[in-house]
Amino acid sequence: MKWSRKNGLTRWLIVLAVFAMVASACSSDDGVETQELTPVKLQLQWFTQAQFAGYFAALDQGFYADAGLDVEILEGGVDIVPATVLDSGAADFAISWVPRGLVPREEGLNITNIAQVFQRSATLQVSFTDTGISGVGDLAGKTVGNWGFGNEFELLAGLRSAGLDPDSDVSLVQQQFDMLALISGDIDAAQAMIYNEYAQVLETVNPDTGELYQPDDLSIIDWNQVGTAMLQDAIWADADKLEDDAAYRATAVAFVEASLRGWAFCRDEFDKCVDVVLGAGPTLGESHQAWQLNEINNLIWPSPDGAGVMDQALWDQTIEVATNEGILASVPTDGAFVTDIAAEAIANLKEDGIDVVGDGWSPKTIELKAGGE
Amino acid sequence: MTTREEAAQAIKKLERAAAWKRTMRRVVIFVVFIILLAVAYTGYKAFGQAVDDAQTQWPVIGRVLPRTDDLTMPPIRDIVAEFGQPPQRNNSKPLAAFIAEASLFTLREATLGFVFGVALGLGIAIIMLRSRWLERGMSPYLVASQTVPLVAIAPIIVIWGSNNLGWLPFEWTSWMSVSLIATYLTFFPVAMNGTKGLQSADPASIELMRSYAASRRQTLVRLQLPASVPYLFAAFKIAATAAIVGAIVGEISGGVKGGLGRLILDFASRYTTGPSRLYATVIGAAVLGIFAVGAVTTAEYIVLSKRKEEPLSL
Repeated sequence: MKWSRKNGLTRWLIVLAVFAMVASACSSDDGVETQELTPVKLQLQWFTQAQFAGYFAALDQGFYADAGLDVEILEGGVDIVPATVLDSGAADFAISWVPRGLVPREEGLNITNIAQVFQRSATLQVSFTDTGISGVGDLAGKTVGNWGFGNEFELLAGLRSAGLDPDSDVSLVQQQFDMLALISGDIDAAQAMIYNEYAQVLETVNPDTGELYQPDDLSIIDWNQVGTAMLQDAIWADADKLEDDAAYRATAVAFVEASLRGWAFCRDEFDKCVDVVLGAGPTLGESHQAWQLNEINNLIWPSPDGAGVMDQALWDQTIEVATNEGILASVPTDGAFVTDIAAEAIANLKEDGIDVVGDGWSPKTIELKAGGE
Repeated sequence: MTTREEAAQAIKKLERAAAWKRTMRRVVIFVVFIILLAVAYTGYKAFGQAVDDAQTQWPVIGRVLPRTDDLTMPPIRDIVAEFGQPPQRNNSKPLAAFIAEASLFTLREATLGFVFGVALGLGIAIIMLRSRWLERGMSPYLVASQTVPLVAIAPIIVIWGSNNLGWLPFEWTSWMSVSLIATYLTFFPVAMNGTKGLQSADPASIELMRSYAASRRQTLVRLQLPASVPYLFAAFKIAATAAIVGAIVGEISGGVKGGLGRLILDFASRYTTGPSRLYATVIGAAVLGIFAVGAVTTAEYIVLSKRKEEPLSL
């Protein structure tokens, strides 16, 4: 082939080569190696938001580095199951709700809950006061939204506890992850996390008043009070590795310790912690994240036995709801959670003078702004 | 200068003027179409709201159109204004800048996926050209590969990528897994159209090549690949949009941060408090798709117009 006579093939090979060059030029390598630190990957259950503030704060404030860890935070995705990522070895630790960790565990993944960070459930059923719903019993005959995908069991158990049959006494409908259906009046009660969707309603302008919706406009059913709450965010680890690998266990203690230090920071340095979250998720709204962190703090503090230590009564309640509702076939085998790692971590923190109970903590009043900005 | 050269130059000038005119016409049509779209959107909304308003006291026929209130269909001026608004109060960066950055990130994933997809698709097409038997054997699997839901394979690819590619000379990051997902969507149209294009070479020409004792490779390079170019560009246009869709969906289900997929999910989950943010981001994604197809069309124009000038050389 002579150079002067470029045929069609060479021409579009050039086009392809240009594409390839653009692509490779874009792929800059930004991996800076830190030699002495132990690399640790943490898989979150969802995206960056104040729900995970403690871990982002521990990273930002250097608590992980001080503990000898080089932590990389992997955000969740719509189809990412943290327990699976953890078991596959793609992450060293994972944040997962307790039922969502226990179901894969029952299916054979050997993972264990090493620190129960949230001591309460954050799931609510929210309705406008004018629909007259003030307790679970009032849901009878109403259209009740829920997210499905395993988020509905506190609601189902709650309905049963009030003597209602979820199949016939209420009309259960699948709800989007926003609050449009409630605000538009399509459903009478909507599922909401107190730290997220509930706040979204309060950030929306009420067309009747021209002002934001007020807490007085809303009535909430709190599953913690009904008694069907299930435990949520916990730190999970690979149980096999904990058993066999002393270095991994030491890393786990260091990780839990630094993470709880991060959570204590978010309690004591509230505004700074909100800034850390906003820095990690630059499209997030400020007032919404402040609200979220305040509510998250409320889920953690006070922790009477120390942050991260399992509340046995709540664990039992979670298991009872999970087995009654058929989420779990049977009560989890031993080792579904361990307390020794969290105990060791909080002992170290206490030595350093960190308050791991948070008795003096009380929730702030956060002013939400339109759109959560 | 001979008269002949002068005439050729004059023709070129005219052609250039005609091409300019065509481009301008396209731009005008595009703008008019956008305006029409905006008018249709606003008109639909106004009509729906008028019907709802008229019935606030005495409902007669109920709601005739799907919901048209500001929460469901934010006014166009709100959507446009949103581009200039910062999504975060203590950060003055406007939404448009976020969308532009995210578009670049997604474009990088999509471009890489496109390049690999085209290479893979062409490879498959050439293999299928060589053997009818292989073509028949492979086709059902190629079709089957496209009916596997992306949401099922996306997390597998992301996890697999971070676990099994440590031996690579560079660090495997999660956006590259998204590129693989884009590849998965991109190779199919290229393989299908490529096979058809390679087979489209004139049988008489193939006979001629044979009579010259041309090797199969020579026939492929000199005859069949050039013959497939128009088919391939048709496939590239589909593949370009598929690569962008694949990248966005891959980001959403694989949990990759930095691109349009994340931005869309971010704003979708907070839809109630700012519907126009989501609309603005979706418009950004559409613009990216138009850009990708435009790039392919430009490449097509360059390749095909050059070809017209030179007679096909065997």
